[in-house]
Amino acid sequence: MIKVLIVLVAIVFVAQVVRIFELSNLITKTKNEVSDRSNHINGVLLLLSGIGLLAFFFWQRAEWMDETLQVAASEHGPIIDNLWDTTMGLIIVVFLILTPMLFGIAFFYRGKEDKKASYITHNNKLEFFWTAIPAVVLMALISYGLVVWGKIVNQDISDAMVIEIYAKQFSWTARYAGDDNKLGRADVRFVGGKNELGVISQKTKENQISAIEKKIINLNLDLKSSENPAEKKLITKKIDKLEKQKKTLITYFITTPMDKLLSAEDDVVTKELHLPVGKKVLFKFRSQDVIHSAYLPHFRVQMNCVPGTTTQFAFTPTITTVDMKKELNDESFEYVMLCNKICGNAHYNMQMKVIVETEEEYNAWMETQNNTRISNL
Amino acid sequence: MSEHGHHKENFFSKYVFSLDHKMISKQFLITGMVMGVIAMVMSALFRIQLANPGESNSILSTFLGRWAEGGVMSPDIYLSLVTIHGTIMVFFVLTGGLSGTFANLLLPFQVGARDMASGFLNMLSYWFFFASCVVMIISLFVQSGPASAGWTIYPPLSAVPETISGSGLGMTLWLVSMTLFIVSSLLGGLNYIVTVLNLRTTGMSMTRLPLTVWALLVTAILGVLSFPVLLSAALLLIFDRSFGTSFYLSDILVQGEVLSHAGGNPILFQHLFWFLGHPEVYIVLLPALGLTSEIIATNSRKPIFGYRAMIGSILAIAFLSFIVWGHHMFITGMNPFLGSVFVFTTLLIAIPSAIKVFNYIATLWRGNLQFTPAMLFSIGLVSTFITGGLTGLILGDSALDINVHDTYFVVAHFHIVMGLSAIFGMLAGVYHWFPRMYGRLMNLKLGYIHFWGTFICAYGTFFPMHFLGMAGLPRRYYSNSAFPMFDNLVDINEIVSFFAIAGALIQVVFFFNFFYSIFRGTPSPQNPWKSNTLEWTAPVERIHGNWSGEIPAVHRWAYDYSKPGMDDDFVPQTVPLKKGEEEHH
Ligand code: HEM
Ligand SMILES: [Cu+2]
Ligand SMILES: [Cu+2]
Repeated sequence: MIKVLIVLVAIVFVAQVVRIFELSNLITKTKNEVSDRSNHINGVLLLLSGIGLLAFFFWQRAEWMDETLQVAASEHGPIIDNLWDTTMGLIIVVFLILTPMLFGIAFFYRGKEDKKASYITHNNKLEFFWTAIPAVVLMALISYGLVVWGKIVNQDISDAMVIEIYAKQFSWTARYAGDDNKLGRADVRFVGGKNELGVISQKTKENQISAIEKKIINLNLDLKSSENPAEKKLITKKIDKLEKQKKTLITYFITTPMDKLLSAEDDVVTKELHLPVGKKVLFKFRSQDVIHSAYLPHFRVQMNCVPGTTTQFAFTPTITTVDMKKELNDESFEYVMLCNKICGNAHYNMQMKVIVETEEEYNAWMETQNNTRISNL
Repeated sequence: MSEHGHHKENFFSKYVFSLDHKMISKQFLITGMVMGVIAMVMSALFRIQLANPGESNSILSTFLGRWAEGGVMSPDIYLSLVTIHGTIMVFFVLTGGLSGTFANLLLPFQVGARDMASGFLNMLSYWFFFASCVVMIISLFVQSGPASAGWTIYPPLSAVPETISGSGLGMTLWLVSMTLFIVSSLLGGLNYIVTVLNLRTTGMSMTRLPLTVWALLVTAILGVLSFPVLLSAALLLIFDRSFGTSFYLSDILVQGEVLSHAGGNPILFQHLFWFLGHPEVYIVLLPALGLTSEIIATNSRKPIFGYRAMIGSILAIAFLSFIVWGHHMFITGMNPFLGSVFVFTTLLIAIPSAIKVFNYIATLWRGNLQFTPAMLFSIGLVSTFITGGLTGLILGDSALDINVHDTYFVVAHFHIVMGLSAIFGMLAGVYHWFPRMYGRLMNLKLGYIHFWGTFICAYGTFFPMHFLGMAGLPRRYYSNSAFPMFDNLVDINEIVSFFAIAGALIQVVFFFNFFYSIFRGTPSPQNPWKSNTLEWTAPVERIHGNWSGEIPAVHRWAYDYSKPGMDDDFVPQTVPLKKGEEEHH
């Protein structure tokens, strides 16, 4: 009933609006066509809006520039930032030339009844120049960009500290490579129990296989005590599955070379990312479910984590968390790693704290992480 | 050829299963507008969420019902709204709605044909489009929610329902809908191409075609070449989802279970998707540029500056658009050298784009500008094309993309350069060709109110987003409150949301004007804008076959405005060259 009423009221309302609208058109005797007057008004408005757009632009910069990322905290960061400033400078200059030109010309040549436009079809010389100049500028910009890109992707990583960044819905985990600086092999099929990242080692294999065997024994007991044929079938199926799983694990284990198994032993798994300042790190990214993206804006680092493959990114942090707090005059500041590829409903809250500290602090912290060493799991 | 005017029409053959390009174009327009309203309301809803994270809001519970229990939107529905908003805007409004409306209306008229090459395929094209819209709408109501993996539907998120609830039935319907849409777009595209190539009237050489026709032709070619790739990507995804194949999936562990998929690669999907996806942004943009070329020339009372350069840059953009898709994938772990190649090709696109901008400005220069609403929206397009295009130089540069990939900087960039430009172009087209569609004029004053409101709100909404992005705020975030580093962005978010909602409200003026004018607008003269192109030589009444007599022959290009030595400041294409008159261009 209420709804019908609302619809009726809406109809009456629209009808009234139409009437008022038509009457006002009658009273003001508006002709429904462009006139010198409307051209003039809109021309002025265009001029004002051009000015307004520039004013808005400068206002935003004045107001919000401080809230954008400022200091880069990695070695390659300033190189990117220089390229950024150059490109941004160029863009802004072009914006500040073209916008006034567009709105200014629109205002200046606003239509008048007695005016006639010039018949100009083209101008080869002019067109040549405004093709050639952007082309030259762009070539310079492309070259500059590619040089920077090359510096970032072709770093010497032979002595970088290797850390695996492992993504899953909706958290990050880090795996340090340990004293040998080599990560052991890992696979999602080994994920289970305390072995969150599926690292393959003698220990994890034994743990998991014994867990599976225990389950199988229990199921076999259930099978004996069960009377219901449907239930029996279900249990048999479960047992088959577990047997298969066991076989897979053994296959993976056997095909893992000995040195890989050994290098897994000293890997350390952590929920917080600690980085020694001034030391190059090589992140190796993995994901267990969907694509995530590790985004560390302060370090100018971003790389997707793709299930089924590994990706990597090398960089050197240059400012410790403590120094950054001082620099920004903000005691609560922390570096973070965000997830920057839509990955599910808690995508907006997938984060890991990142702490950059001195070598000694880092070593001291690492000492405390012994219980998450693969060999101690 | 009067037999065209004479066969009996009933309600169904006239308004529903019409074969007439003019009617089909209206069907596309109205459908596109309805979809546009839906997508716009969605954006207003999720902007409310972003401006007031976690606060209860009765508007949300009214619109969203159980998706916003107690007035608080759930993260799942947030992602669904973003996904469906993007999908509808890009495909249904700015591809189906824009190309469908204006290719249908203008191609036969402007090349001088009685109708499309195949009226029947044309009708099918609309009804496939309609069906795909219906399926997409239905998907909004399924229990597990509509698709929510983003409009780019990257697997595994889109492939594995356990990872997000929208990837259940909602995703299936999304894929069905898109498949129907692709069929529609291919049927339409082939038809457009054939019409332009084969049905041009006497004298209408390719270099006499109005730029609208060139733009729509190249758009259709882009669509025909790229949509099949999206179709194959979608089909493989359907296989992975429903038939256990592993094209995109490998080594996946969800909810404690390892899936049986092995050996696939999710990045393959991205390559296929963006091989369509990048040309798609030009499928959206080129028709808008074509329409405004025509509108700006007409209302400047001046030839379009650099006609041949305009055609050349359309072709260059179209060609380049097929070899730049990797700029969406710089940080997927793609080979860095390949990344470099994509940087190179991407930044090259700036050249033809710059040429187009310069030509527009040069066309305005020394003109006698008639500020109709269509003209204002066209000038608005040039402005947004400049503002949004420039930030492409940042996103196309792989090293800089590391900073802002997938942040609000991207949202700002593509909304301005693609969203706003194309919407402005489309609105300009509606204002300009409304008399051709409905035989009446839209109200001028309301048009002005609509333009100024929209223009201001558009910049107010999207310009500040650059700063959000430069502060590192990722897109597709349901809330920014999980990270203290974003706490001081609240005021920017509030400004954005204010303008977004105001901008949505101002569209009411447009819809009122549109529907009011259909029925009660001032009757239009045959050639209200004193334009040169052929559609204005046909009578105002809608007749089958467009012209009651012979199809007119064409003697000159479309841009003889203010030509010296002529009586009027326009010379329709049908007027023969005078003795000794040169055809400039
Ligand atoms: C009515 C005005 C509009 C507003 C206020 C608006 C707002 C937004 C916002 C805030 C987002 C990002 C949400 C997020 O990442 O969490 C978004 C996404 C998007 N919008 Fe719009 N938009 C509007 C119009 C358009 C138009 C005209 C287009 C056409 C190109 C468009 C296409 C998209 C696309 C493709 C996405 C990305 C969806 C995704 O991330 O999967 N929008 N919109
Ligand atoms: Cu994630
Ligand atoms: Cu692209």
